[in-house]
Amino acid sequence: MIRVLEPGAQTTVQDLGRPGHLRYGIPPSGPIDRTAFVVANRLVGNADDAAGLECTVMGPRLEADAPCAIAVTGAEMPVTVNGGQASAWQTLILKPGNVVKLGPARAGVRAYVAFSGGIDLPLVLGSRATYLRGRLGGLGGRALRKDDRLTLFPAPLPPIRRASAAAIADLTVPPEIRVVLGPQADRFTEDGIAAFLGGEYEMLPQSDRMGARLKGPRIEHARGHDIISDGIALGSIQVPGDGQPIALLVDRQSTGGYTKIATIGSFDIGRLGQVKPGQRLRFRAIDLAEAHRLLRHWHASQMDVLEEA
Amino acid sequence: MAVNTRVRALEFLVQHKAVAGVIETVPTFRSLLVFYDPLVVGYDALCAALAELAAQAEHVSLPPPRIVELPCCYEDPELGIDLVPAAERLGLPPVELARLHAGAEYLVYFIGFTPGLPYMSGMPERIMLPRLETPRTKVPPGSVGIGGIQCCIYSVESPGGYWILGRTPLRLYDPEAPEPILLQPGDRVRFRAIDRREYDTIAAAVVAHTFTPVIA
Repeated sequence: MIRVLEPGAQTTVQDLGRPGHLRYGIPPSGPIDRTAFVVANRLVGNADDAAGLECTVMGPRLEADAPCAIAVTGAEMPVTVNGGQASAWQTLILKPGNVVKLGPARAGVRAYVAFSGGIDLPLVLGSRATYLRGRLGGLGGRALRKDDRLTLFPAPLPPIRRASAAAIADLTVPPEIRVVLGPQADRFTEDGIAAFLGGEYEMLPQSDRMGARLKGPRIEHARGHDIISDGIALGSIQVPGDGQPIALLVDRQSTGGYTKIATIGSFDIGRLGQVKPGQRLRFRAIDLAEAHRLLRHWHASQMDVLEEA
Repeated sequence: MAVNTRVRALEFLVQHKAVAGVIETVPTFRSLLVFYDPLVVGYDALCAALAELAAQAEHVSLPPPRIVELPCCYEDPELGIDLVPAAERLGLPPVELARLHAGAEYLVYFIGFTPGLPYMSGMPERIMLPRLETPRTKVPPGSVGIGGIQCCIYSVESPGGYWILGRTPLRLYDPEAPEPILLQPGDRVRFRAIDRREYDTIAAAVVAHTFTPVIA
């Protein structure tokens, strides 16, 4: 059992999400930075889809009442155990009464905490992921609160390992986010597309798990910004009338009526989700074959990320 | 409507033929979004498979639709907030607007935007209105709205630009229910006008999870 001493700014239970319900308007949810989430689970000996925590901007303070292993990955939040500095991206063994704290993010936005065994909560539509707007899944469909208790599935303690340096992205530099243009790229002027691919866009503080709101060079439409509503993919970039892009994420609306200029490759969604408000990013267009090659590479690179600590 | 029928027929075929690599589908008015795993099926192979099914979709007969009865209270201005102004705009007595709206049968084209929100067609032409000039920032769940040729029912509290004619005490989205979503694409919806007393009775039963919607 894990007791929540302080919940942090917005900490939710996530697993790999609930695909299959978008046709009813229910998004998949799950971690935004999937690589970091999966590595955390592997560091504690879990299957990739075990439920853990996504911590936003300011992490929680948690107390273990029984021996367990945890791992912290993703955004760079200083980790302490009983006040002493501890390593992220590494298996940590907690003893009964140990208190682990994640401080404010120095780089990145979202940190992940995995617990050996994974968090034991009922499956809702096949998943333990929290969908905040729909008050669905996780712990009562909400973010953690002080004095919540998280039960873990029983599991043996894993060997102590750490993630290889190659698995850890540098979150301090402005990233290049790779996109495939379309499905409505023809609804923008040449100048509009050039602005989108040539300019720098700043992450706005209104961004959340539904969408990343960006501000930068205005993207000009060729003929109106409305379409007959159609489906929205993970990473779809909508451009409403104001010419500013919105990248849609794991808690997105299932359908929408704004033109979509491009779609972000799934392999870059996690990196986008680690861009802090005020930080900048750029987009680069790739073709579909290149996107699929990068996707294969991304999956393969997750296979072998752990080493002996 | 013919296009949307083909969209739903194609989705039906994709689901029943279990096309390899397909993860899920989202039907809308005139398109079907197909999510697939490119590590399982290539883009060209998938497109070829879908094109073949799209040709078949012209001839497929969909399973008979469910007919769902939705009780709706029009008479109380607290619930049907725009019934009187909408009736005025249309040059109809409010009672007649409610009668015309409840008298039609609606087809759920698709569910989208928020969980469980149906986009429906079948509005009588006589009651069509452009959307509100200034959308509301908050529309309560269950609100039955019309705008253009559409009728929709808000499933969670959200902003909205439709004229609200009434409210159903049923929950189109209930995160605590084993089946959180009431309506499905392709359903036929009939509204049954109820008074405020019946609205309150059904609403209480819905909260207690003792109300069973009428679905034929």
